[in-house]
Amino acid sequence: MTRIFVPRDAAARAVGADRVATAITQETRRLGLAVDVVRTGSRGLFWLEPMIEVETPGGRIAFGPMTVKDVPGLFAGGLPPSAAHPLCVGRPEDIPFLKRQTRITFARCGIVDPLSLADYRAHGGYRGLERARSLGAAGTVDEVMTSGLRGRGGAGFPTGIKWKTVADTAADRKFIVCNADEGDSGTYADRMIMEGDPFLLIEGMTIAGFAVGATKGYIYIRSEYPDAIRVMERAIVLAEAEGLLGTKADFEIEVRVGAGAYVCGEETSLLESLEGKRGQVRAKPPLPAHKGLFGKPTVINNLISLATVPAILADGAKHYADLGMGRSRGTMPIQLAGNARYGGLFEAAFGLTLGEIVDDIGGGTASGRPVRAVQVGGPLGAYFPRALFDTPFDYEAFTARDGLIGHGGVVVFDDSVDMARQARFALEFCAIESCGKCTPCRIGSVRGTETMDKIIAGDRAEANLALIADLCQTLKFGSLCALGGFTPYPVMSAIKHFPGDFTRPRLVAAA
Amino acid sequence: MPKAAVWDEAEANDIIRRHDGREGAMLPILHDLQAVFGCISPAAVRLVADALNRTRAEVHGVVSFYHDFREQPAGRHVLKICRAEACQSMNGEAVARQALDRFGLEWGDTTPDGHLTIEATYCLGLCSCAPSAMLDGQPIGRVDAATLDEIAREVGR
Repeated sequence: MTRIFVPRDAAARAVGADRVATAITQETRRLGLAVDVVRTGSRGLFWLEPMIEVETPGGRIAFGPMTVKDVPGLFAGGLPPSAAHPLCVGRPEDIPFLKRQTRITFARCGIVDPLSLADYRAHGGYRGLERARSLGAAGTVDEVMTSGLRGRGGAGFPTGIKWKTVADTAADRKFIVCNADEGDSGTYADRMIMEGDPFLLIEGMTIAGFAVGATKGYIYIRSEYPDAIRVMERAIVLAEAEGLLGTKADFEIEVRVGAGAYVCGEETSLLESLEGKRGQVRAKPPLPAHKGLFGKPTVINNLISLATVPAILADGAKHYADLGMGRSRGTMPIQLAGNARYGGLFEAAFGLTLGEIVDDIGGGTASGRPVRAVQVGGPLGAYFPRALFDTPFDYEAFTARDGLIGHGGVVVFDDSVDMARQARFALEFCAIESCGKCTPCRIGSVRGTETMDKIIAGDRAEANLALIADLCQTLKFGSLCALGGFTPYPVMSAIKHFPGDFTRPRLVAAA
Repeated sequence: MPKAAVWDEAEANDIIRRHDGREGAMLPILHDLQAVFGCISPAAVRLVADALNRTRAEVHGVVSFYHDFREQPAGRHVLKICRAEACQSMNGEAVARQALDRFGLEWGDTTPDGHLTIEATYCLGLCSCAPSAMLDGQPIGRVDAATLDEIAREVGR
């Protein structure tokens, strides 16, 4: 029996992976070849998706991007398919994009059957929880602290300190909440883990529960991710069946589905939503670590933070902390998106420069035109021009240049981009998604969009740009959360680095 | 996509009862009701308010806060087209315009025969296969004119 691996990742499905899987099953059956089609997560090399892998005595050999039409030719010469096939890309591990990575969080993604606990264990699963139990609760918190792991949602708050605060707060009940409301455009790392290695998240949350004394966990998944919801719910059932979750395990996990509100990615808004309310931001203090979900001490972490904990425990904090630069320790899954030639997930130690990421790894644009701007960190992240491509990928380095790394999304734009329109979109998005609780965000975003329309129409550009700058000050310092507070990043960076786009005459009809 | 069922208070009560004892059950209940009845009607709001001991205003506040919840049912097929930055960088806005023009719709509209609703969405997590869309929950990447033809066939237009 030859195993053939075809991704079930939503992005692979979006470009035809299901059709390819069906065609492989049918064609191999017709030829009488003994084949077992295994659906995996994605390796994250999306320009090659659907990328299939065929098991051979010398390891897996990959072919991509596959279409249904390519399937008969692939098996015409029997098994394994010839390495001389035009779509053969060789051993996946030898593809430079993968070879250059340091895969810790994504070590298994794209390799294992996401819904096989046996596969998960065979690839090192549950070693982290075992070691956590041997260290004890306090020892586990110390280990996470020592690793230097910081919030991968973007705020970069040390995960260990959050855990310690919850562990030190006495309460009858405590909660672990996984923020899987991955709303930033250009990001899909959470989705890939849920679809490709869901037990990793279950293990990470179980460790968190053990460390702080919580017995219940929630995974808040955005409704835009139906595949991830399905896989995650199934994985929970499988883990329960083996006693890894549930009463025997002293820890249970429930999936909750969001309802299309971007602001629910903000932690306090997410907690409100979990409680069944409008997703309006809470004022802090109290911190969620003291009074979080249902008023109880709550660890609320980004999915990638929780999914990185098992490897930190399994291989030791030092192993993780030795990677990275400055105060940014370990690795970050960088997601190359948009108009990138080689779009995909690239997990690497902190410290690569933006230029290395965009030009060397991403290969420039998919359109073949020059790169003009790169938005890092989602819709609230700054637009960087080529002049800032020496910025290292590091929390502090990006802050020093009026930007942020956010959740690791890097969206590439070519020279056809109109930065005034991008600035306008940032304000419009804030207006659409504002929870409405604080005035700068609720009203400022609307007024900002209107003012940007005037600038685009050529109406007193200079005076209106001054108004925008003033408004952005108010948003930055007067908003309760990052939605209003960070919307100035894309707006002001576009104005600062691409001033010509704001004063050039345009055809009003194009608006 | 199955057609939404007509309002049935007994069935709605069964759905709500399935969430008995669940903390913060409002969103799961609303999702389940909408999955069956296609929208959250005023009758549903009243029922949920009674069951959760909240005011109708509070339930309405929740329904109207979240983009997903509808007060009117959508078309038989729902096409969500991403309008966020990664898709913009791949000419997504022009492709979206083609889609709207092809079916004679604006954002959020439903065709007069009730076949298709087109909605804007802000990120489907398919950002390395942009521009992207989702038809009845099925992801579609690298959307272009040919994809729109396929979608038209799929929804019978």
